Amino acid sequence: MVPMTRYDVAVIGAGPAGLAAALAADKEGASVLLIEREARLGGILKQCIHDGFGLVRFGEKLSGPEYAERFISQLPGSGVAVSTLSFVSGIERVGESCYITLITREGIKRVQTHSLVLATGCRERTSRQIGVHGHHCAGVFTAGSAQYYTNILGKLPTRRCVILGSGDIGLIMARRLTLEGAEVVGVYEAKPTPSGLTRNISQCLNDFDIPLHTSKTVTRVFGDQRLAAVEISDVDERMRPIPGTETIVECDALILSVGLIPENELAETLHVPIDPKTKGAIVDENNHSLIDGVFACGNALHVNDLVDYVSESGETAGRAAAKRPVTERDLAGIACNSSLLYVVPQRVDKNAANAERTFYFRSSCDMDDATLTVLKDGQTLHTKYYAHLRPPEMEHLRLTLTIDALDGSSPLLFHLEGTKHAQ
Amino acid sequence: MRSNDTIKESESLRGAVREVVCIVCPNGCRIECTPGRDGYTFAGNKCKRGAEYAKAELTRPMRTLTSSVLTVFPDAPVVSVRTNGEIEKATIPDVLKELKRVTVDRRIQIGDIVIENVCGTGVNIVCTTDRLVNPY
Repeated sequence: MVPMTRYDVAVIGAGPAGLAAALAADKEGASVLLIEREARLGGILKQCIHDGFGLVRFGEKLSGPEYAERFISQLPGSGVAVSTLSFVSGIERVGESCYITLITREGIKRVQTHSLVLATGCRERTSRQIGVHGHHCAGVFTAGSAQYYTNILGKLPTRRCVILGSGDIGLIMARRLTLEGAEVVGVYEAKPTPSGLTRNISQCLNDFDIPLHTSKTVTRVFGDQRLAAVEISDVDERMRPIPGTETIVECDALILSVGLIPENELAETLHVPIDPKTKGAIVDENNHSLIDGVFACGNALHVNDLVDYVSESGETAGRAAAKRPVTERDLAGIACNSSLLYVVPQRVDKNAANAERTFYFRSSCDMDDATLTVLKDGQTLHTKYYAHLRPPEMEHLRLTLTIDALDGSSPLLFHLEGTKHAQ
Repeated sequence: MRSNDTIKESESLRGAVREVVCIVCPNGCRIECTPGRDGYTFAGNKCKRGAEYAKAELTRPMRTLTSSVLTVFPDAPVVSVRTNGEIEKATIPDVLKELKRVTVDRRIQIGDIVIENVCGTGVNIVCTTDRLVNPY
């Protein structure tokens, strides 16, 4: 007989979102189990040894492990039960309960909970997902893997590398590898503009004279056992390689920073509806998914650029997950047109009208003097001005919606207008 | 395509006028810095902090350095460290050399000093992880 333990709330994943969710649910008086696959808590923060974390939340520029420790150190004084080296092999939702099967060092365990918080983070896009062709050889890493080798194992994975993609982790790794003595030949970005934060372009690339090449991509890799060179091509405005522009760059590693995708394997087994724009769960303002009792937060919900907002998102989910009994929801839709990449949450509860809610969004392109308009049936409810909007930099809007604004079946529409950057 | 080289070239063609992209806040102002007899004059910055940042960048740029140092412990072959204040950007190569000389042989924790007054900067190198002491 597999032993069954009961908790009010189970949180899956003990990165910044899960840690914040577990502590918030505990503060609300719920019994909480925090489940982590790895031996140590903190998630990706463990290997993010650069600083800049916590500026919004703590007013300090902390390193990743220091930021995580601010939360981990609260666990012993809380009632949160922690289960590390525990792998969730299955979840079932039956009636008002979730049944979780866990593989742990002590064997298989079963956990019954009222609420489930998915804080499973995100995964890096790999070379196979972006169509890099050529030889099968060692030396092609995601930026996160290169970061793990360098910062956790203390092994330098390259002497001379090319970085494809200008996402933040790629930029951070360009600096990190340079500091450790590797040569970063250049950062190549298929898009006409860099994907990372301006501060990272400035402090990771410009500080070390690492060139950034936009509208170029890696089209082939060469190498017998180990990578020996990559082929770089110019791309057109639709990011297709232009024949005849190929150049060969010798290197022993290709490091990929080509995007992050929310991890939703467990959400899918529960048939949690997913937003094709964020690739995370569709949620209301409490990060409550469309399945009652199942919550999602952090990078599993949508990929964030600042950990401070990941923690905030975890706390929102944790607080709401602790509430019993679950009150009936009457959800109104939130939509955006193509001027935005996405808006989160995608639903709001009509029963909680007149409460202030925070909406997170990204513009679909670089914009100056932008105005965000919230419309209902063609009528403007709210406008807010933003001096600059860039897709890599998430923005938020705090908004109080009246009962009238949420009435009816048509969604609230988010729309952006501004001066687009010439590219 | 603007590579770093082309940016540098256009700067030298315009004489000593330099552009600094401000990173103090997300506005990312492009600040044009023109040298004069009484120091630089700045244009394009929306606030005072931008001018201060640009001035520091052109005269004495400061950075927080984060890196790692070796340990003697197989369960954590490296620990992360950082300067507990800003150091001059120009001193970074010397500080890195100092970090390469260190091997941690005590189970230190967050905030513990690894190198005191590194390279005479007045700033300490401190540990930024509890991976040597915390079972979590």
